[in-house]
Amino acid sequence: MVKQLTRKTFKIKDGVWIAFLIILVILPLIPAVAANSFRMHVMILILLFASMAQAWNIISGYCGQVSFGHSVFFGIGAYGAGMAVVKYGDTPWPGILIGLIIAALVAIIISYPCFKLSGHYFAIATFAIVEIFNRGFLVWDWIGGALGLDYPIINEGLKNIMWHNSKTSYYYCALVIFTFIFGVVRWLESHRFGYYMRAIREGQETAESLGVNSTNIKLTAMAISAAMAALCGAFFVQYNLRVDPPMVMSLDTSMKFVLVTILGGSGTLAGPLLGAAVLVPLQEYTRAFWGGLGGGVDLMIFGLLIIIIVVKQPAGIIGIFNYIGKCFFRQKETGERYASHGTP
Amino acid sequence: MEILIQVLIDGMLNGMVYALVAAGLCLIWGVMDVINFAHGEYLMVAMYVSYWLGFLAKVDPLISIIASGVFIFIVGVLTYKLIIRYTIGKPGLVALLATFGLAMFLKNFCMNRFTPNFRILSDTWLGDKTFHVGNLILPVPQLVAGILALVVIGLIYVLINTTRFGWAIQATAMDREAAELMGINTDRIYVLVFGIGGACVGIAGGIMPSYLAVHPEVGSMFGLIAFICVAMGGFGSISGAFLAGLLVGIVEALAGFYIAPVFKYIAVFSLYLAVVFLRPKGIFGW
Repeated sequence: MVKQLTRKTFKIKDGVWIAFLIILVILPLIPAVAANSFRMHVMILILLFASMAQAWNIISGYCGQVSFGHSVFFGIGAYGAGMAVVKYGDTPWPGILIGLIIAALVAIIISYPCFKLSGHYFAIATFAIVEIFNRGFLVWDWIGGALGLDYPIINEGLKNIMWHNSKTSYYYCALVIFTFIFGVVRWLESHRFGYYMRAIREGQETAESLGVNSTNIKLTAMAISAAMAALCGAFFVQYNLRVDPPMVMSLDTSMKFVLVTILGGSGTLAGPLLGAAVLVPLQEYTRAFWGGLGGGVDLMIFGLLIIIIVVKQPAGIIGIFNYIGKCFFRQKETGERYASHGTP
Repeated sequence: MEILIQVLIDGMLNGMVYALVAAGLCLIWGVMDVINFAHGEYLMVAMYVSYWLGFLAKVDPLISIIASGVFIFIVGVLTYKLIIRYTIGKPGLVALLATFGLAMFLKNFCMNRFTPNFRILSDTWLGDKTFHVGNLILPVPQLVAGILALVVIGLIYVLINTTRFGWAIQATAMDREAAELMGINTDRIYVLVFGIGGACVGIAGGIMPSYLAVHPEVGSMFGLIAFICVAMGGFGSISGAFLAGLLVGIVEALAGFYIAPVFKYIAVFSLYLAVVFLRPKGIFGW
C-alpha cells in the first residue's frame, strides 16, 4: 500500500507548486514591488513566517504533537548565527550550522521526557520550557543577557548574508529557505516516514500495534522540526540585526508558529503558506496604519480577527479551498483526498 | 531559621492567591476541557476595576472585590456566549487559540485606554500595614488576600461537592451527553462554570491592587502560573490546584530568596516539569 502510493513520478499538484515558485522568483523583478521597501519587507516576512509555520507543521500538523516550545529552537538558531559574528567576528555560516545542530540536540533532550505526557499536559510542559529558556537566556551574560545581541554591520555579500541597500537579496535568501523547508516537508509527506507520522497522529496505540516505533519517529520529527525552526531563526537575525530573549524566546513568538499554521490549515503542505499570506500582511498593515495611534489598536484588531477566523473556520483557510474544490470536482474525490487533507 | 520561616510564610501567602487564580481555571478546564488562555487577562481586568473604583470613587479594595468578582463573572459569561460556545466539540486547540486572541484583545485594550504605566492604590485600609508575631513580620494585605483566597476556595469546594448544583457540574464534567439525558441543562452549567471560574479570579484580582501594581502585562505571568498549578494538581481537581498553588508559592519564595530573584520562575517551571515527569497526570490526576 505504502509502496504503491510513493511510486508516483509527477503530479499536477507538483506542477502547481513549481509554477507558484516561478512566480515567487520573478516577483521582485516587477518594479512596483521591488521599488517599495515596505512591500518587500512584507513579502520577506510572509516567506519567513511560512517557513517557520512549516517547520512547526512537521511535528504538530503531521505528527500530532502540539508544541508551544518552538520559539526556543528559533531563538537558539538566531543566537547561534548572531554569536558567530558578534563574538568571533566570523561569517554567520558556521554559527548557523552549530545553531541547527544544537537546536536538534536540545529538541531531542527535552522532548524525550515530554512525549510521555499527553494532551494539555504536553502543551503546558512546552510553555514551561519556553519560560525556563527565556529566563535562563536573560541572565546568561556570555550571550548578552537581557541586553541582547546587536548585530554589527559588516561587508556585503552572501559570505556574510548582509546587504546594505536593497531588500531583494534578503527576499531571495528567504525564498531559498522557504523552498528548502517546503521541499523537505513535501519529501517527508510522500515517503514512509511521513506515513508513519500521520499514523501516529491518527492513533498512537494503533500505529504502535502495527509495528511503528512511535518514540523514534516522534523524536526524529521533532529534531527535524527544531533544526528547521533554527534555520528560520538564523535568517531572522540576519534580517532584523538585533536579537534579545523576549523577542525570540517568548510565548508570543511560539504562538506565531501555531497561529499561522492553524489559520492556514495544519497537517497540509499549503496551509502554512496560506496562513502566512493572510496573517502577515494583516499584522504589518494594521501596525502601519494604526500602530501610531496611542498603541495597541493594531493588536486589538489582530486579536479580534484571530478569534473570528479560528472560531468560524477551525480547519483553516485551506478548509475553504477544499470546500470550493469539492463543489467543483465532486466526481474526482477518492481516498487520496483524505490522505492528504486530514486535519487533527 | 527565622528567615526560613519568614520566607515560607511569604511564599504560602502568595501561593494561596495563585491557588485562587488556578481554582477558577481548574473549574473551567475540568468541566469543559477548555484551556482559558485569557485567564491572566481576567485578573488584570479585575485589578483595573478595583483600581479605578479605588482611585475615582475611593472605594476600598476590600469592598470592590464584590464589584470586580461580579464584573469578571459577566465577562466570563460573555466569553462563553460569544466565543467558547462555538468551540465546544472542535479540536482542543481551537478554544485555546480563540482565548489567546481574546487575551491579546484585552491586554491591548487596557494598554490603549490606560497606558502601560504601573499604578498602585496608596491609602487603602490594609495598605503598608504589618503584623508582628515574635520576630516574624506578616504583611497585612497579603495576609488578608491569602485568607480570602482560602475562604473562596473552601466555598467553591463545598459548592462542587455538597450541593445539587455541584453534583450537576460534576456529572456534566464526567459525561455531557449522559448528564443531558438525566435532565441537566448542560449549556447553563457551562455558562455558570465559566462565570464562577471568572468570579474566582475576579475576587483575587480585586484585592491585589492594595499591594501589587496594576499594568497591562501583570496578568501574563499569573496566567502561566495558573496553568502550571492546574496541570500540576491534576485534571480538574480543585484540591490538587490548591496544593499545587501553595507548592508553587513556596518554591518561588525559596528560590527567589536563597538563589536569586531571577531564578524564581525557572524554579517554578522546573518544579512543574519534575512533577509531571514523575506523575504524568499531575499530583491528584488519574
